[in-house]
Amino acid sequence: MDFKNILEKLPYSSPFLFVDELLKVNEKSAEGIYTFPENSFFYKGHFKDNPVTPGVILTECMAQIGVVCLGIFLLENEKTESNDIKLALSSSEIDFYLPVFPGETVKVVSEKLFYRFNKLKCEVRMYDKQDKLICRGKIAGMIKNESA
Amino acid sequence: MNDKEILDSIKKIVTPYTQRKEGLENFNEETDFIKDLEVNSANLVDVILDVEDEFNIEIDNDSMEGMLTVGDAKNIIERKLASA
Repeated sequence: MDFKNILEKLPYSSPFLFVDELLKVNEKSAEGIYTFPENSFFYKGHFKDNPVTPGVILTECMAQIGVVCLGIFLLENEKTESNDIKLALSSSEIDFYLPVFPGETVKVVSEKLFYRFNKLKCEVRMYDKQDKLICRGKIAGMIKNESA
Repeated sequence: MNDKEILDSIKKIVTPYTQRKEGLENFNEETDFIKDLEVNSANLVDVILDVEDEFNIEIDNDSMEGMLTVGDAKNIIERKLASA
């Protein structure tokens, strides 16, 4: 399976899709990149006259690449075609180190902690272009395939 | 390990994930994880993983699906311990 297949199954669209490209996805880990467009909707209000990417959006980006893309891979690996993927974020605990400004490209690296009973929990890190750590933490979600 | 020890151990495991603390006051075999303790489905997975670690057993998908109450959990633990 190529990664395009995973991207096509992501249940998000603009302005809430935060995955441009997947670099690596396997049983244990996932890696992908995203560039925050300068005209993203949240920069207008976060902050007034001082655009910085909100932590909640960085968390979402980490969850989409690190947990959802990996989860789709694991679901597809498990058995049949996934028809209708149901998702829910269940927990996140993130520490932030550096700000992300409009137009920046980030890389998300995720390692699976466990995947049991439809719950996927990962240790996720986000890096900037110089490979400096932007944020890191643990994110978990419930993911299942409701076959028709 | 007797029934009471297993129940005490389950209670200790489920306490941090319990939203409805009153549910812990009369904790017994009929206590329902979701209805009485208001544990969410994601934390129910954590409860099961903690039970596996505590009792050194492995719980499969079918057992997990039948684990609605504390009594169900106790029965599964006892069965797994007996076959270990």
